Amino acid sequence: MSENNIKMNGNGTHKSAGTPKIGFYVCHCGHNIASQVDVEDVQKFAAGLPGVTISRDYKYMCSDPGQELIQKDIKELGLNRIVVASCSPLLHEHTFRKAAEKAGLNPYFFHMVNIRENVSWVHDNRESATKKAKDLTRAAIQRVFFHKPLEKKSVPINPDVLIVGGGIAGITAALTIANAGKHVYLVEREPTIGGHMAMFDKTFPTLDCAACILTPKMSSVKAHPNITLWTYSEVEKVEGFVGNYKVQVKRKPRYVIEELCVGCMECIDACIYKEAKYPDEFNQKLSKRKPIYIPFPQATPQVVLFDPETCIDFKSHRCKKTCIESCDRKAIDLKQVPEYKDINVGTVILSTGFKTYNAELSPQYGYGKYPNVYTSLEIERLVNASGPTSGEIVTRDGIKPKSVGIIHCVGSRDQKAHKWCSKVCCMYSLKLAHLIKEHTDAEVYNFYIDMRTPGKGYEEFYDKLMTEGVHFVRGRVAEVSDWALVPEEENKLTIRVEDTMVGMVRRIPVDMVVLAVGLEPREDAGDMRRLFNISCSNEGWFLERHPKLAPVNTFTDGIFIAGACQGPKDIPDSVAQAGAAAAEVLSLISAGSIELEPNTAFITEDNCSGCKSCIPICPYTAISYNEGTKKAYINEALCKGCGTCVAACPSGSITQNLFDDEEIFSEIDGLLKFAGIELEETEAEHA
Amino acid sequence: MPEKNIKSNYEPKIVAFFCNWCTYTAADLAGVSRLKYAPNVRVIRIMCSGRVDPQFILQAFASGADGVLIGGCHPGDCHYAEGNYKMLRRFRLLKRMLKDLGIADERLRLEWISASEGEKVKLVINEMVEQVKALGPLAIPQHLKNINEELKHFPGEEIREEEMAHA
Repeated sequence: MSENNIKMNGNGTHKSAGTPKIGFYVCHCGHNIASQVDVEDVQKFAAGLPGVTISRDYKYMCSDPGQELIQKDIKELGLNRIVVASCSPLLHEHTFRKAAEKAGLNPYFFHMVNIRENVSWVHDNRESATKKAKDLTRAAIQRVFFHKPLEKKSVPINPDVLIVGGGIAGITAALTIANAGKHVYLVEREPTIGGHMAMFDKTFPTLDCAACILTPKMSSVKAHPNITLWTYSEVEKVEGFVGNYKVQVKRKPRYVIEELCVGCMECIDACIYKEAKYPDEFNQKLSKRKPIYIPFPQATPQVVLFDPETCIDFKSHRCKKTCIESCDRKAIDLKQVPEYKDINVGTVILSTGFKTYNAELSPQYGYGKYPNVYTSLEIERLVNASGPTSGEIVTRDGIKPKSVGIIHCVGSRDQKAHKWCSKVCCMYSLKLAHLIKEHTDAEVYNFYIDMRTPGKGYEEFYDKLMTEGVHFVRGRVAEVSDWALVPEEENKLTIRVEDTMVGMVRRIPVDMVVLAVGLEPREDAGDMRRLFNISCSNEGWFLERHPKLAPVNTFTDGIFIAGACQGPKDIPDSVAQAGAAAAEVLSLISAGSIELEPNTAFITEDNCSGCKSCIPICPYTAISYNEGTKKAYINEALCKGCGTCVAACPSGSITQNLFDDEEIFSEIDGLLKFAGIELEETEAEHA
Repeated sequence: MPEKNIKSNYEPKIVAFFCNWCTYTAADLAGVSRLKYAPNVRVIRIMCSGRVDPQFILQAFASGADGVLIGGCHPGDCHYAEGNYKMLRRFRLLKRMLKDLGIADERLRLEWISASEGEKVKLVINEMVEQVKALGPLAIPQHLKNINEELKHFPGEEIREEEMAHA
C-alpha cells in the first residue's frame, strides 16, 4: 500500500511543485567528518542520483562562503530542493534553512543529513561509515522530492514572566526583568526568598557579608511594582507553549494573612509555648523555634507563619490562642486553606537551586554519630552573627574548639557518592578555615584531594590562607573516630588520613570536624522537569540546550534555567547565569512574537470517515468532531506537532507537515535500497 | 518466514526511528562524546515516537531492513505528554503480528532513551546489531520476489491478470 502511496502521491507532488532540482552539499567539517567519511565519494555518489542537479563538497558548509555557495546555486541553477550532509539538524538546520530562504527558496525545501554525530564521530571504520553516509544521503534525496512549501506559524509572546526559585539567581533575574518594565511572578517554596545565600555569613573570596549584599536585593524584590512575590508557594500545573504558558500556583496556607501582617512578631512572644522547642530548619536545626515563627530576622516577606505540625491548636483544638489575641491587626486566620492562582506567562526561568549532600551516607566521617562532626552549612550558621550562637563557634558541649579539621570532597569526586566536583567546596572550606581561625584562633586543618581554586581572586585567597597558619594535608580522609590510641586523642575526634605529601598515615586529634559537603540536585528535580517538560542530565541537574552555546536555554522553547539547578555553581556564576537567562527572556519579549515550526497536523476532509479514533489520542485536545459534517478537525493553534494522531488515523487522512507519510516512506526506502521513484521529467532531462 | 544464510561477514541493516527530544538528542550526545558503536543503524528523526506508524515498521522490513529500532522518551517524560505510551500500545500489538509472520522478536525493539543517555544509545545499538547478526538476514524483498516468481507458474495466473486488467 505504501509503495502505491509513494507513486501516486509522488506524481502529484512533481506536478504541483515542478521538476525537483536538488542541490546536494556534503561538508568536511574540517577533519571532523572527512577523517572518517570519504566525502568526495559521497559527493560523487549523490551526483548520480535522480533529481540531483548539482553535488558539491566543501570544507565548512555552515561558514558564510558555504552558505553563499548554496545561495549562488539556487539562483544560477534554479535549484528547488537542498540537501546538506553535515552535522546534527539540532545544531545547524536553522542556519541552512535561513540560507535557502535568503536565496528566495521556501526554507522547508531543505533537508539535513546528520553524518557527524550519527556517523563520523561514532564509527571508526572508514568504509562502513562512508557507506552509511551514502545511505543516509540517498534517503534524504528521496525525501526532499516530497517536501512542500510551508509557512511558519508566528505566535505572540506574553510579556509576563514566571521565575521559580527565589535564591540569588531567581532574585537577580527577577530584578533585571522587572527593571526592564516587564511583570515577573516570583514563586518560592520556602516562606522567605534568599535561598542558600541567606544562610551564609561571608562570601568568598572577598569576605563581604552575605546578608549585607543580599538583603537589599530581597527588599527590592518585595518593593518592586513589577514583581508579584509568592513565597510559600509551589507550581502545580503548567500548560501551553512558548509565549503562552498557563500556570497554576498553589499558595500554601501560612495561617497568617500576608497583606495584614507587619512582622511585629508579637504573636510569637504571645505563643502559649514560652520556650521555643522545635528544631529551626533555617538554622540547620542547631536552634529551636516556636510553632509560630519567622525563618530569620531579614526574612522577605516579613511575615510570620504557623507550623501546623507542631501548633497545639492544629493538633488538639484546645489552645488558648493567645497569638490571635495579641495580634491587633487581626492577621491570624487559622482556617486558611491553600489558594490556587492561575496566571498566564510567556516565558519561564527555573532557578530552583541545589541541596547539599547528606553526610550520613558517608558513614566513615561519623556524621550523625559523633555530635561534633558538622556539615559546612551548619558551620555557616554557627559562624553567622544572627545564627544560633550569635557567631560564636562552639561545639555541641558549648566549648570553644582548639583544633578543627575540615574534610573536603564529602560526597563529591567519590565513586560511592557523586562523581562530580561540586566546584564550590574548596573555596568555601578556605573561607570557613579563615573564619574559624578568626573566631576561635584554633588550629585548622584542611584535608583535600586537590585544591581547586579557579576564579578571579580565588587562588590569591588560597595563598593568603597559607600565610595565615592554616594547615593543609593532601589526602582523602579514611575515617573519623573517637577511639583514642594515645593520651592526646582522649575525648577528641581523631582523623585518620594518608598524608600523600609525606607518604605516611597520620592521626590528627581535633575538637571539631567540618564536612565540606558537595552539591546535588534537589530530590524533586525530576518532578520539576516533568512539570516544565525539560530534560535532566544523568546526575539530575537540569539539562541545557547546548553546554557551551546555549547554557541557559532548555530544549523547550521559552523555558530557561539559571543557577545551581543546572550544575554546581558559586554565587558569581549563578548571578551571571541569571543575567543571561533574563536577557534571553527579554529578547523574546522584545521580539514580540516567535516563529514556531510548521510541523502541525491537518485533516484532509474528503478522506476523513469520522471514526473519531484520533480525538482521544491528542494530548492537547486539539482535535474536535463536527457533528454537522461528521468529520474531525484539528485546531492548528493547539496542535504541537507530535504526529501521534497521524499514525493512528485508519484512513490516512491526517497529514503532519514536515513528517508526511510519503516523506517518511521515501526516507525508509532510500535508506535501504534505491526505491525507484518514477520520475519521467528528470529522466527526460538527463537524456 | 524461514531465516537462513548466516554468513560470517554479514552486516545487518537496521532502521531506527528516534524521537527528536530524547533519543535523537542522546544519539547526538553519543556523537559529541565520541562513543563508538556499530555502523549498522540508520536513523530517521521524527518529532515523537508516537508518530511511528506500524506501517513504517512493516515498510522497513519489506524494503530490506533486518531490524527496526524505535527510541522514545522514558515513560512520563514524553515531550508531548504521552506519545510514547501510544507507541508502546502499537508496539505490543505489532509484536504479536510479527511473530505470526515469522519475524523474530529481536528484530523489532523499543527503547526508552533520555537525552542524557548517550551511553545507552551505544549499548542498545551494539546489542541489537549482535542479536540481529546472529539471526541472519531477513531478506524480505528476496522472498517477495521468489513468491512472485512462483505465482507466475500458478495455474490461475491468467485469470488473475485478466481480473487485474478490469479492476
